[in-house]
Formats: sequence, structure tokens, C-alpha cells
Amino acid sequence: MEIEIDGKMAQVPDGSTIMDAAQQLGAYIPHFCYHKKLSIAANCRMCLVQVEKAPKPLPACATPVTNGMKVFTHSELAVKAQKGVMEFLLINHPLDCPICDQGGECQLQDLAVGYGGGASRFQEDKRVVFHKDVGPLISMQEMARCIHCTRCVRFGQEIAGVMELGMASRNMHSEITTFVGRSVDSELSGNMIDLCPVGALTSRPFRYSARSWELSRRRSISPHDSIGANLTVQVKNNVVMRVLPRDNEDVNECWISDKERFSYEALNSPARLGKPMIRVDGALREVDWNVALDYVSHALKDVVGNSGAAALAALASPQATLEELYLLQKLTRALGSGSVDFRPRRRDFSADGKLGGIPWLGLKLSEIKDLDAALVVGSFLRKDHPLFAQRLRQLAKKWGKVSLLSSSGDDSLINLHAQLTVSPAELPLAMAMIVKAAAQLKGELVPAGLESVDPGATSQAIARSLLEGEKRAVFLGNAAEQHPQAAQLHALAVELARLTGATCGFIGEAANSVGGYVAKALPTALNAYEMFAQPRKAYILLGLEPELDCHDPQQAMAALKDAALVVMLTPFSDGAARDYADVLLPITPFTETSGSFVNTEGRIQSFTGVVRPLGDARPGWKVLRVLGNLLALPGFDQNSSEHVRDEMVPAGAAFVAGLDNGVSGVSLSLTETTGELQRIADVPIYFADPIARRAPSLQKTRDAVAPTARMNAATLARLVVTDGAPVRISQGSCEAVLTARADETVPAGCVRISAAHVTTAALGEMFGAINVERA
Amino acid sequence: MAILGALNPMLSVGLDGDKAWRLADYVKRGGYSALRRVLEEKMPQGEVINEVKKSVLRGRGGAGFPTGLKWSFMPRSFPGDKYVVCNSDEGEPGTFKDRDILRYNPHSVIEGMVIAGYAMGAARGYNYIHGEVWELYERFEEALDEARAAGFLGSDLLGSGFNFELFAHHGYGAYICGEETALLESIEGKKGQPRFKPPFPASFGLYGKPTTINNTETFASIPYIMNLGGEAYLEAGKPNNGGTKLFSVSGHVNRPGNYEIPLGTPFATLLEMAGGMRGGRKLKACIPGGSSAPVVPAAMMMNATMDYDGISKAGSMLGSGAVIVMDETTCMVKALERLSFFYYEESCGQCTPCREGTSWLYKVVHRIESGKGRPDDLELLESVTTNIMGRTICALGDAASMPVQSFIKHYRDEFSYHIEHKKCLVPVDVQRAGSGFFMATV
Amino acid sequence: MLTSESLKRIDREIAKYPADQKQSAVMAALAIAQEQLGWLSSEAIEAVANYLGMPPIAAYEVATFYNMYDLKPVGKYKVSVCTNLPCMLTGGVDAGEYLQKKLGIGYNETTPDGLITLKESECMGACGDAPVMIVNNRRMCSWMNPEQIDKLLAELK
Repeated sequence: MEIEIDGKMAQVPDGSTIMDAAQQLGAYIPHFCYHKKLSIAANCRMCLVQVEKAPKPLPACATPVTNGMKVFTHSELAVKAQKGVMEFLLINHPLDCPICDQGGECQLQDLAVGYGGGASRFQEDKRVVFHKDVGPLISMQEMARCIHCTRCVRFGQEIAGVMELGMASRNMHSEITTFVGRSVDSELSGNMIDLCPVGALTSRPFRYSARSWELSRRRSISPHDSIGANLTVQVKNNVVMRVLPRDNEDVNECWISDKERFSYEALNSPARLGKPMIRVDGALREVDWNVALDYVSHALKDVVGNSGAAALAALASPQATLEELYLLQKLTRALGSGSVDFRPRRRDFSADGKLGGIPWLGLKLSEIKDLDAALVVGSFLRKDHPLFAQRLRQLAKKWGKVSLLSSSGDDSLINLHAQLTVSPAELPLAMAMIVKAAAQLKGELVPAGLESVDPGATSQAIARSLLEGEKRAVFLGNAAEQHPQAAQLHALAVELARLTGATCGFIGEAANSVGGYVAKALPTALNAYEMFAQPRKAYILLGLEPELDCHDPQQAMAALKDAALVVMLTPFSDGAARDYADVLLPITPFTETSGSFVNTEGRIQSFTGVVRPLGDARPGWKVLRVLGNLLALPGFDQNSSEHVRDEMVPAGAAFVAGLDNGVSGVSLSLTETTGELQRIADVPIYFADPIARRAPSLQKTRDAVAPTARMNAATLARLVVTDGAPVRISQGSCEAVLTARADETVPAGCVRISAAHVTTAALGEMFGAINVERA
Repeated sequence: MAILGALNPMLSVGLDGDKAWRLADYVKRGGYSALRRVLEEKMPQGEVINEVKKSVLRGRGGAGFPTGLKWSFMPRSFPGDKYVVCNSDEGEPGTFKDRDILRYNPHSVIEGMVIAGYAMGAARGYNYIHGEVWELYERFEEALDEARAAGFLGSDLLGSGFNFELFAHHGYGAYICGEETALLESIEGKKGQPRFKPPFPASFGLYGKPTTINNTETFASIPYIMNLGGEAYLEAGKPNNGGTKLFSVSGHVNRPGNYEIPLGTPFATLLEMAGGMRGGRKLKACIPGGSSAPVVPAAMMMNATMDYDGISKAGSMLGSGAVIVMDETTCMVKALERLSFFYYEESCGQCTPCREGTSWLYKVVHRIESGKGRPDDLELLESVTTNIMGRTICALGDAASMPVQSFIKHYRDEFSYHIEHKKCLVPVDVQRAGSGFFMATV
Repeated sequence: MLTSESLKRIDREIAKYPADQKQSAVMAALAIAQEQLGWLSSEAIEAVANYLGMPPIAAYEVATFYNMYDLKPVGKYKVSVCTNLPCMLTGGVDAGEYLQKKLGIGYNETTPDGLITLKESECMGACGDAPVMIVNNRRMCSWMNPEQIDKLLAELK
């Protein structure tokens, strides 16, 4: 199709709109309701343009290009129409930009400069719209500013997958609202603030704390999940004031999750650790860096000298930077210990040493949209991976058949092709059924070990979907990785992929779930579970809180409390660490250090600090490097984080090498399930990492309510417990008292009790047998 | 009996007695013979559409689009679901003809829709009925039951292999649902907000499937066209204005009601049929095509003929055939104020010029009527209407603007008088007398 | 919240639409709920939304868009008077004023005994019968001169 816009020619594909063509030509057509990622509403009428032979101006956003079309975006007719619309938009809009939070970054304000009149012809009373309270993240205090573009409504329906906002009533009394008094709870809700072209929906935490022109914009990368969303961090006076998405179509498109948007509040938290601390006579005391590091190096030398290097273990958060992970493992190995790991929430490590390479997503994020079918195994999908789930949602809306096999019946807000919800213990069996169904459908030999498996209709439907079409994928989620039979699930997924021709991959729990492998932060002796099961004398902990971040927090706590030395590199001073740490070394969060995250598709994303370190906090890589020097270990002479990175990946590489999800030598064997009550532990979205769990606004959301013991009615009845009653939970020798809640999405014989929360930190393993009785 | 008079009628023939709406009565009047013939002869779909084309039946809902042409836009060979939808959401002030069709002749609508479904290869239809005429919604459901029981609806109609199901869907108080795409949204269980076109319903209609929407009277005319033949139907009216039409006459006449007359009949004849002006007063103005049509002063109206072209020549639109008659007791400012309030109230609120503009128009007209008008208000009104017209998603913006423009154009002096003297040219007691409320009614 | 009788009626409406288009029945379902409950509380709207498997806010949009739904309690009888132009010309406005005087209430008000709520309404599509009014969204009353109105009021008890 050929089109001429303001005298410039463009070739556009069939089905393009005038707006598409204009964007291709770089011609700007004013608009409010149009957004590239949302359906066309054509309701603001700001983009009216003149089209040759058309008697009336037409909306550029909704008018399809016809061959030879001639468009005038600035002709008298077009500008008259645009100015007319602007007048209508302004008659009921408060003209008090100086006191509006959106002032300075308001599309209406910007366009009013060009298209608005000098004075208003509207002499009547302006519309009054009452404010709404929709929760701690989005402010809807000034709804009189709304221009009814419905971007927020469409975002909910189309991107978040849940319609929480709507436009109620009609005529000039139309107003954007939630259903009578409800809050907006979507984990992607903050994007509506970005989408709102005026000051109607604003950021509640950020509101009136700074003007947009006072903020400097710095590039960064999100540390909160394995996607590695690209961020713009806005800074004023060396303080992070706001976090916004930075467009990267291949990674996060133009979105970020609320966790990524609002976690920054924790960066300025009073809980930040400003100075190193050492335990002296049972109490932690602030000391200078040289004292602290000197102490640590001597203490480490003592432990190694007196008890042998095997007495030392190091555990990092998978959220740590690539450089931190690398130097930590280097330091630990140089001291002679192979007990280093970065996978604290794992239970089953039997695939270690049998992997074909670095486990990863198996394809590029941008390839998800082209899949014909996908199966996700063991995932609390949208709470674990909001943006990944969003991509699957869009896929399912088009043609992709997306299936989910997990232990949670939570609504994924995806139009699922099939869903299987089974207890954690049955997860391998359910997976085996799909594998067997695939083998049968293909007429292939049933893999050894699966002879007795009998696939049901849903398993067959899933297997069939994976056999049809060009591109298909199997994804293992966090719960599959944390599962006590993770290796079995991995091997089954590989087998399913082999049979169906699908790719197989891991969604990945954290920012460096792939990076940790690249950094070789992997055990050659004790792994993340064993290092606590077989208590060590000394521990180095990097960026994690074992009581919340480990598979079995009780076991970890016991080991740490008995250890002679616990050195903790952390940005925060509060929490259980005060009880067990002997040394607290203040390291900087991602905003105050340079570093790299390798996302789930193997993409290396390096970033620099956006503000200076708070107090005496120092980048983790520097602390580890200096420790290496003090311990006189070889290979600790890097002058920058880039030097550290270059030791792992070739300079300039965009993606890491060696990605391979293969696994060999894991024989398939299905264990019998016992009738015991099992625990299902999700990691709630806003408890998932040390930063998010300290962000006050996120902690006020519905996703941050304290964990309960959720069971279906049959399980409740079996235990003679009623909804709302207190229950005593015990795992091994550990106990907690929670409130029982009826929840029909929980599989039979299971109790869902979230991990990563102080109220459940006293419990044991995330999955496995658990006891519940009336308290 | 509300179809009060007719000239060479078709639709209203034989509608006597309170059983006229029943299937048996309809069949006695020759009902379902057209459908029977179409099905028994297995008439090619194109031939049915051709017959409708030849009749030059123009959509009776207001826009006057040729029905046969509209039907030909449907992708007949499209393999999936297709829909035929009837628009009985009659809410245009002044219009009440569909009410009487549904009241006395519902089976003509059903027969017309089944034939339409056959011609366009659609197997399912809905009739969207104005919520305010609830009794007729219930009656239509009963008529559907009758048709179903008699084998005129359902599967394998009269052994032809053709299936057609038809259901009634009621509105619940939104004028805008008379706009065809708003009506589709409403059937889908949403707010009645018009869709941007293209795509048109013929390619993306109900549930995203090809859909044809016609007015009640349009569908009701189909059996008569099929029985009479397209050409004969055309000849009953005048060239380019085929057939007879129902006109709803309201306002200051002695016998308000529906009248079926051939298109092309002089307005004076229609006025006479409606019993002439009430109280022998003088005609002041007439809105000839429903409230959205421009008002026409008495002198021009008395020379007009009642057909699409004739009314267009008089500077207005035939629209839905709703003739609102106003005598000399009418205050034109007050009349416009009420209409402007209506459009403001009924704007769906979706697009900017209409949402904001209709309320602005009402507020200014209201201020003039309340004696608070300003000297430049008429220019302001005209300017606001030009900023609304042609800039909105649907025609409601134009519908709200045309009365304002035409009232000011023809009765500028009266508006100026209001602004200048803060009161009405027509004394209030004269206005009151005009309504006749406190006198015995006809 | 909804009686089995109401649910049965709603099921009958749902059956009119394709199986995956239950939402199409929302207007009828809300009307049925209102008939049963007298008005649509947010609980009632939510019950309808849940029954049809649609988001409550989507049902709320519908309930607030169409003006025959009552989102606030109304009297035992709701009398809606058309005052649009054709009715106004032949006494619609006068009829409304007559009713207001008789009942001692204004539009959108309810008599102290909770019997009658008065509403001003838009075109009902019955202009030939002006003045027209509708009782409880169901019963249309035509040619409402003072005598007819008196008769109606005497009947509404």
C-alpha cells in the first residue's frame, strides 16, 4: 500500500492505519487514546486528519490505509478539527496545571500548548468527579482530570487480563472507576499510570514528591525476576524517586510489573545498613570498613586453618549481580572450599553434573508470540513472572494453545487451552502422563519407567497441542525447580520436548538464575541444601536472607545459629540476621553499583549505578575483591565490574554461550505418593526478595497479606477445621500458628502455606509432608 | 387501533381486532406465504436479494440506505456463523411506528427476518426491542413461540434444510442502542457504545461475525415485497422511494398516530389524515423525520411531499418518518432545550466531541431559555455544533447538532428575543393552553 | 441472593445466545434481579456478574449505562413520565407537574410512605399516546390526562 502523508510517501503493509504510516514516516499526529499496544478505541478524536476525497476529517488511529491515499495532518481542515477536539477536552478539565502532579509530563498539557485556545469560551460550572481509593499504588484522587481515553480500561482487559477499571455511567457523567469500592490488584497495575495521558491516574507513592523536570533519568535493569526488564530510574538529589519502564520490545516491551515499579521505596528505607557491623560480646557494633574486612579475613583464615576449608560454605542470592556471584565463588574456591551455590530455594540437585549446559528459557522472549503451543509446568505464573505471563496471555489471545500443569489453581488470567492442578507429589506423575500421551500419539515407544502410567483426556489434549503447529515450548517454572523431584521433572520435560519437537526451558526464578551458572557459582562440594543439612563452621551469605529465601528456612537457621562465623553481605540491617550474623557488610543494591544480570534468555544486560552508595555501603564486587586481596588470594586485581565480567564472557557479547537444557543420566522413576498432607509453598510476589519485602506501598497491597493455611473444603473437613479458625502447623520439629482458609483452588490433600514470610519462616521445607491441627 | 389511517396500505391491511398479531390471523392475511414460496422453490439467494433491490426499499430506521444493497454486502459464502439482527429499539423522539408493527403485525417481522436469513445464509437472528415497550417484548416472544411451533423457526424449515433461530433481546433505556453497532455491543452484554467503522457489521458484526441489521419496518416490508414483486412494490411509492411507509404523527394534531401512506404523498394530505391542527390553530413548524432531523417552518412543510427526496428538498430528512407537528403556541427555545437535554442525556460518553459538546449545547440553550442568555450565545452554539458535526464515532453528534442549527436558522428572532428580553415570545399561558393537558383529550 | 425462580429465568435468557456468550444475558439478568429485589445493590450486580462469569465492573458498567436500572432503592411503584418534545407538546411536562403536586414530591423522590417514586424519562417510543408514563418499567400508560392520572394513583396502593 502506498500512502502520501503531508507530501511524504510511504509503503505500508495491508491493514495498516494512517497512524501506523505516520509513525513509519516520523510524522507526529496528536493523540490521546491511541496506544501501540492497545486496541483501537478512536474515542478521543484528537488524531483527526484530512484525507483526500473524504468529506469529513478521519481519525488516523482507526482509518485503514487505502492504496494511493493522500493525508494532510496539518491542513486547515485537520487543524480546525484538532483544535475543536482540544477545546472540548479542556472545557471540563481543571486548568490548574501548576498544582497537578502530572504537570510537566502531561500529554494534554503539551498538546494544549499547540492546539488549545488562549481563553475558554466555556463559562459554565466544570464537571465534578469524586475521587476513588483503589489501593496503595495508584492514586485516583483527581478524577476530574480524566479525559475518558479508556487506555486504563483497555490495559486491564487486554494486557493485565483482568478488567478492574471500567467506565461507568454515560454521557458527560461517564467516569472511570473500579467496581464499588474495590482496589486495583493486578500485578501490572502501575502501567496504567504511565498510560494515563493526564493527571487522573498517578503514582500514589511518588505523588507530589518531585517535578518531572527536577528528575534525571538513568538507565537500569530490574533485579526482580528473570526477565530483566529495562528500567528508567529517576533520581533527584541522589535519591531514587521513581522507576519507570524503558521500552525494549525484545525484553519487557513497554511494561514493568508493580514489583519492579514500586520496590524502589525500599532503597531509601531506614532499614538500610549504613556501616559495617561486627558482633562483639554478643552485640552488633558499627565499625569502619578496614576493621570489618580485617576481622573477616582473619576469621575466615582461622576457620580454614583450624577446621579445614570444607568447614566454609558460601551462599548467594540469585538476585546478586553476575560480578558478585563470580567473585564469591572465586573467593570460596580460592580458600579451598567447593561449597558455594546461588540456588537457595532448591531441594533436588541430582541433575547437577548431568546438564548439557546452562539451563535457560530455551528460546528468546520475543519468540513467545510466534509459538503455536506452550506448556508451563510448576509455576504460580503471573505472580512469579508477571511479564512472562503477559506474553503468554497475548499468545493465547491470538492462536497459541497455552496449557498449565501446576499445584495451584490460581487464575492465570490466560485463556488456557488446558489446565491440570495436582498436588506437588503428583506433579511428576502428571507430567509423565503428558509424556506418555505424546509418545502414544506419535506412535513412539513409551519411555522406560512410564509403563504403568495412564494418561487422561487433559494430558492427551496437552500432548496433542504440543504436537501441532510449527513452534512449541515446554517451560519449567519456579515450583518445578524448587520441587523435591526437580530432576525428574527436568528429565520428563526434556523427554516431552524430544517427542514433540518442542523446545524445553526454565523460566528462571531470579535476575541471575542463568547468570549464576555463567559465574560458576555452583557447588563442587556441598550445595545450597546440603551446606545447612550438614552444618558448617563458617558461612558467607551474599544478598539473601536464609530465613526467608531458603528451601528449608528452619534447617538453615539452625545451622547459622550454631556456626562460628556468619559473614553477611547485605544492603539491610534489619531482620533475623541480627540474631545470627557475626559480621554485616553493607553492600549496595542494584541502583548503587555497576553490574550485570543475565536474563532467562541468556541476554547479558550490564548496568551502572544510578545514585551514589548510601552511607558507607559499597558495591558487593568491590567488597569481595578487597577481601580477596586481604586474604592474599590470586586473581583479585580487577579495577572495575567490567573487568570482572570480562573474565566470564567475551567483551561485547550480547548473549552468553553454552545455553543448553539437556540432561542425561536421570532415569525416570515415579515414586508412590503417600496419603500424607502435603505443603504447597508459593513465594508471594512481594515477599520474594529483600528489596520488595521492604517496600512499604507494595506491602499494603492485597498480594502482601500475611499467609494463611489454605485448603479445600474436603481437606478442612478431614482435619475438622473450619474456615477462619486458627491452626497449628508443624513440619518436623518446627511449628507455626496460622489461620485456616477455605480455598477450592488448592488440590486435595494439600495445604497451601506461603514461604518467604516471617510468619512461616519457622516452618521447614517448601514441599513435602506437613501436619495441620486445630490450635 | 393505533394505525389510524392509510392510503393504499400493505403493512397495515387487515389489522383489525385484538387477535391480529396472532399467527393464525397473520396466516389468514396471507402471512408466511412468501417464506413458504421461497423455501419450497428453493429460490436462489441472489434472486431474493435482487427482488429486494428492485423494490428500492430504503431502510426505514432513519438512514434510508437501500436494503437490497446492504444485503448484498454480506459474505453469503462465509462458512462460519452469520447473524440477522432487527432493530426495534425505537427511541427517536416522535417515532412509534415499530411499536405498532410489533403490536399488530409481529409475524411480518419474523417472516421478513427468516427470509433475510435465508437470503444471506444466516442461521440465527435477534430482535432488539426497546425496553420501554415491555409488553411488546413479551408479545414478540409469544409470537416467536407460535412461529417455532408452526415450523417457521427452528431447523429444517418446511423441509427445506434451511435452519433459522430467532430470539428477542430487550433494551433497558438507552437511545444510543438504536445505532446499529451500539445495538450489537448491547446484545453482547456491554454498554451500548457505537463502534468505529470500518469494519462494518457485514464483515465484523455481532460477536465479530458478519451481520446485517435492519429496522423493524424494513423487515416487515419484506414479505410484501416478495409477494407483490419488487417492481410492483416500487411503483406503490415513487422512483427511488419504493413502497409505502408508516408515518408517526405526534404533537399538535387532532389524531396523533401512525399512518401508512405511499412515499411521495403530500404532507398536507398526511396532516389532514391526522385530523388537522388541534384547536384549529396554525401550524408553526414541523420536524418531519424524528427529533434528529432539522426543523422545517410551516410554509416550506406545507409544500413538501413525504418521501426521502421531497423532505431532503425541504432541507430536512425523512429519517424514521416521525412527524412532530408544532403549532403557534410552541416556544421554539423551550422545544430545542428539551431536545438538547435529550441528546446530552443520551450521549454514550465515549467520544470527546459528543460527550463534551452535547452537554455544552444543552447548558447554553438552557441558559437562554432561563433568561440568562448572552448576546454571542447563538454564534457560540453554531460554532460548537460545527465542532461536533462530522467529528464523532456515530451520528449522535450530528443528530444533536442539526436541531440546534435548524432551530436557530429558522427561528433566530425568537432566540434573540429570549436573549434580549429574558423571556419568551410566546406567553407562558398560551404555551400551556397548547398542551391541552387540562382539557378533555381526544 | 437471587431466587431459584430468578435463576431459572436467567438461564432461559442465557440459552438465547451462543454457549460462549453468556455475557449477552446480562441486561436481562439485571432486569430480572431488579424485578426480584426492587433495585440493584452492588451485591446484586456482583451476583449477576458471577453467575454469568463476567467481571463485576463490566456488569456495573451495564447497570449504570441503561437508565431503567435503579441503583438506589425506589418505591413500590416507580412512575416514569416522558417529558420529551412530542410528549411535552401534548402535556407530558404538565402531567409530570400534576403528579409532583399530587404526590408532594419532585422527580427522583419517593413518597414518604415508600409507595411511589417519580422519574422523568426520555422517549418511550409511544409519542402518539402522549402523555405517556411507565409503571415499574413494565406497564405503559397512555393518554394520561388528569382524570387518568387520578385513576392510576388510586390503583397504585
